[in-house]
Amino acid sequence: MGSISLRTIAIATVAVLAAGFGLAFFYAPEDADQGFIQKIFYLHVPLAICALLGFIVAAIHAIRHLRTGDPIHDARSYVSIHLSVIFGVGVLLTGAIWARGSWGVWWEWREPTLVSFLIVFLLYATYYPLRYAIEDRDRQARYASVFAITAGAFVPLNFLAVRLAEPLIHPRTFSSAGGLPAEMMLAFLVCLVGMGLLWVTLVRFELGAKAASADLGRIRRALQGDGAPPAPAPSVAPVGVSATSAMSAGSAERSREGAPPGATRFRKKAS
Amino acid sequence: MSAYRTLLAKDLRIELRTLRSLPAMVLFAVTTFVIFRFGLDRTELEGDLGAGVLVATLLFAAILAINRLFVAERDEGGFELIRLAPVDRNILFASKATALVIYLVALELVAVPIFALFFLDTAEGLPPLAAVLLLADIGLAATGTLISTIATMSSARDLLAPLILLPLLVPLVIATSGAAQHLLDAGGPDFDRFGTWIAVLGLYDSVFVLVGYATFDYLLED
Repeated sequence: MGSISLRTIAIATVAVLAAGFGLAFFYAPEDADQGFIQKIFYLHVPLAICALLGFIVAAIHAIRHLRTGDPIHDARSYVSIHLSVIFGVGVLLTGAIWARGSWGVWWEWREPTLVSFLIVFLLYATYYPLRYAIEDRDRQARYASVFAITAGAFVPLNFLAVRLAEPLIHPRTFSSAGGLPAEMMLAFLVCLVGMGLLWVTLVRFELGAKAASADLGRIRRALQGDGAPPAPAPSVAPVGVSATSAMSAGSAERSREGAPPGATRFRKKAS
Repeated sequence: MSAYRTLLAKDLRIELRTLRSLPAMVLFAVTTFVIFRFGLDRTELEGDLGAGVLVATLLFAAILAINRLFVAERDEGGFELIRLAPVDRNILFASKATALVIYLVALELVAVPIFALFFLDTAEGLPPLAAVLLLADIGLAATGTLISTIATMSSARDLLAPLILLPLLVPLVIATSGAAQHLLDAGGPDFDRFGTWIAVLGLYDSVFVLVGYATFDYLLED
């Protein structure tokens, strides 16, 4: 994946997703019990699987960050969590729509997967206040990595506990995936691959954007010349903080350090 | 081992001398029981409702202690001490988690009998409930110590600790309530699915003790 250009992955994503949704709407049969509303399954479940895998990938990058100290792994962990949280919002919204269509209610506490996702979403949503409450960048990255590892270990435990808590499970189309008709399984697998490609595309895009932002910060510092306090490279900038305001808020500690090490490592080109 | 005993004894001695956390936790728990009595308009609790009230109250009382767990280390150089000392830094995690377990057991020794006095018809379920709460305390202490360390180093420490901790503790709450609800039934304790919930608690404790011990060292790096 690293050697494939972003443009190629993006085109593949669009093609596979279009094929997947085309199969879902025009090839896969309607569910005998739920009818047309069941087709949201081809969006909801791939989103959920990709979000969960994204959290695990984030934990793996966090482990690599703690072991090597290389900030690129911290950036990958951050971006993985960022996009998986966004996918998680999609899971909750599509899950609510499916619940409304199938059971007549917008939320069902007896649906263990949806409830588990809500808890996981609430946990990972605290990742952002955690990061932005710690000013020292190295400490921020280390603490975020510890959080990502802890949360990654939490996810399977959470699903197990929530599932055990509710012995009465509402019938769901995916409760017996092995029993899916071949047409439905094909459409589902194509949608799953497409959603995975979408996740990878968005991760590559965001990492590329952050690398470009870091390069821009480095160039601006170089143009300011010696004597002026160098500005921090926005490797993982807080939401709402522009590169300009980040530069003007440079601290004495950063002026002693010069360009932060994280800035020089963001050299991967986006395409 | 001697470093672990020294640090643990230090924390317990400080708590005994200053009584910074325990009285507040007990008072908070008893007051919360009163609030639940009026909020639910119930004078008797049993089964899942009783378990929920008890577990939620103990959880929020524990958060009071977790918020204060590393205050002395932050304000008086305890973190620098452990960085400079020729000991494994994870000793601090082990000693703090043990101290927190002791505080929680002390809390429960007072709060659970009061809960039984206020709301329960029979105390038959209390002995097996003690075993469930002890397992829950271990998981709560491991997770709480790890998150307390993270929160202590941030600028929003009092807000961040409960914010991160509560979702992390949901499996623990599910398992503890699941085991406790049948022990607090009006007709006497029932051990339906008791083994399952004990296994989940044991798994949770194992995972988070290991994760905490493995990652704590990185939190203390300067």
